Amino acid sequence: MSDYSGIWILAEQSAGRVLGISHELLTRGRELADKRKVPLSAVLLGNNVSEADLAELIERGADQVILAEHAELDAFRPEPHTRVMQRLVEKYHPEIIIAGATSTGRTLMPYLAVKLHAGLTADCTVLDIEPGTGNLLQTRPAIGGNILATIKTPEARPQMATVRPKSTRPAMRQAGRTGEIIREPVADDLLSSGISRVGFVKDESTANISDAKAVVAGGRGFKTSEKFKMVYALADELQAAVGASRDAVDRAWITYPHQVGLSGKTVTPGLYVAIGISGAIQHLAGMQTAETVVAINNDPDAMIFSVADYGIVGDLSEVMPVLLERLRERREAGASQSEEAGG
Amino acid sequence: MNIIVPIKQVPETNAVRMDEATGTMIRDGVVSIINPLDLYGIELAIELRERFGGRATAISMGPPKAEEALREAIAMGLDDGILLSDRAFAGADTWATAYALSQAIRKIGDYDVIICGERATDGDTGQVGPAIAAFLDLPVASYISKFEDFSEGQMRLHRLVEDGYEILQVGLPCVLTVVKEVSNPRLPTLRGKQKARKADLPVWNAADIEADPTLVGLKGSPTRVVKIHRPKVSRQCEKALANDEASTDQAVRGLLDLLEKRELI
Ligand SMILES: Cc1cc2nc3c(=O)[nH]c(=O)nc-3n(C[C@H](O)[C@H](O)[C@H](O)COP(=O)(O)OP(=O)(O)OC[C@H]3O[C@@H](n4cnc5c(N)ncnc54)[C@H](O)[C@@H]3O)c2cc1C
Ligand SMILES: Nc1ncnc2c1ncn2[C@@H]1O[C@H](COP(=O)(O)O)[C@@H](O)[C@H]1O
Repeated sequence: MSDYSGIWILAEQSAGRVLGISHELLTRGRELADKRKVPLSAVLLGNNVSEADLAELIERGADQVILAEHAELDAFRPEPHTRVMQRLVEKYHPEIIIAGATSTGRTLMPYLAVKLHAGLTADCTVLDIEPGTGNLLQTRPAIGGNILATIKTPEARPQMATVRPKSTRPAMRQAGRTGEIIREPVADDLLSSGISRVGFVKDESTANISDAKAVVAGGRGFKTSEKFKMVYALADELQAAVGASRDAVDRAWITYPHQVGLSGKTVTPGLYVAIGISGAIQHLAGMQTAETVVAINNDPDAMIFSVADYGIVGDLSEVMPVLLERLRERREAGASQSEEAGG
Repeated sequence: MNIIVPIKQVPETNAVRMDEATGTMIRDGVVSIINPLDLYGIELAIELRERFGGRATAISMGPPKAEEALREAIAMGLDDGILLSDRAFAGADTWATAYALSQAIRKIGDYDVIICGERATDGDTGQVGPAIAAFLDLPVASYISKFEDFSEGQMRLHRLVEDGYEILQVGLPCVLTVVKEVSNPRLPTLRGKQKARKADLPVWNAADIEADPTLVGLKGSPTRVVKIHRPKVSRQCEKALANDEASTDQAVRGLLDLLEKRELI
């Protein structure tokens, strides 16, 4: 067990560019590495990765980047990625591996944990080191956010965890910070897969909800798809992504990738505006970690108010137009002001 | 096309009540249901079986009571159900759960596709599907949102990822984990219910699936839950009533003030 040392974060890339989740993981990893007084490595599998992006991983806190590049590692496929990771783990023996709870991390990590006979905890919100033992303490919400469970892996190594995207800030960039980039060769026999990616349909609307700084979400309270369009209008004004309750998705007012909650996405934006949403526990599970929550609902006892910072008790058909109008006025006032300043 | 659908019985989350003193879930009187996200997998299995023939079998690891979930899956239209139940399985984490399920799948032997839910609403990890694939050395296509077609031994599938949908070709045998978009679960029929009531459900224990006793249940689980507590909801909601023009105006103004103060607009 003591042969295992060092903290790894699993950086992610797409088409050679390092993704933002990697920088969030560096924040987590740096804290743990400092507590354990061990080096922090960013491990990255991909192809033709931007040199500037690699250097940025070091500037943002990695002591080392371990890079495995191959054309076949460009798109994520579980078996080749797992085999390459397994080789790296067997070579370097890290004590902890942290990945994002992304479509890649959530698939690769459990596959890898089985191969390594390691313990894995999903969707951690807090990671810490247990004083004395040096074990990783992993805290995660369970049962729809009703409880928080703290989990550890006393024996098996490495200790593995995924963390939700947007649950930490990206690590700060320190210009001139130095570190090592290690390029690991990839043997061809690791790369076979039963899966091939033959196409991709980009749907930006699916992305921006998990990544957005602000989310405006609508629920059944809107009653018609026509009225639901006010959600988009407000999102526009607030430069926010559009979210929805399951009931709104079930009524086809909006597509499933926008659903927030237990069977949809978990979001952690700076601002979450819930309109005509009752705040069922399954919905709360997906948004209660937002920094500021605003609710508009005509039922003063709606559960959503229990997780809100500011609530408007009223009919959305009355409140929304006024809110939209005020925001528009404010924007236009701001625009003419800066025009004056400019002219 | 022979299909295996691992399903989990979970407490109905709407009804979850917490013991404030101990921070644990009150299980008494809580209704158990099929993990709602497994219904989409059950439906996809039925549709694939209807189109391509073969058998579709549900398996579940859990207490004897979990046979209810299997009967419900049969009532919806699956052909058989197998229950994995043994005291030795108790306390399993996702590693040990996937190990036991994969041993059972090995014993069934004749399969082409294994369809898991995206995650279980109680454990809520989404790890068991990929982990089963790892034990069986199969490819896993996760977050599948659409089945397009099947020809020459390859399935064409859509996979929901952060910025869109991947189109995948996946060879059999394979493991899929599916999201809600993949199907519209049907309700059990009367005939299905009759069939389910009469169905003979084998119960397999650790020895039946030739499980290594050190790898099942709590003993086989690398992780340990060391503490459980209830998250505190520490928000103080400032409520503004908007029931006429003046109060609406004021409520909206209050909101804008807050957003400005917190630099959100
Ligand atoms: C296993 C499982 C998983 C689930 N997963 C999810 C999930 O991921 N996401 C999710 O959202 N739900 C999920 N649900 C469903 C959840 O339990 C609720 O049914 C759902 O969230 C309710 O959606 P809603 O708030 O839009 O509708 P409702 O509960 O009907 O609430 C509508 C709200 O609008 C208000 N309203 C009505 N008219 C007006 C008006 N004119 N002005 C202002 N307010 C008005 C009402 O007071 C009410 O509070 C899940 C359920 C289960 C069992
Ligand atoms: N005890 C179990 N028995 C059968 N299938 C299970 C069990 N636990 C999990 N699964 C399957 O694995 C999926 C993911 O579960 P989880 O990893 O627990 O979130 C579920 O949707 C089921 O398809």
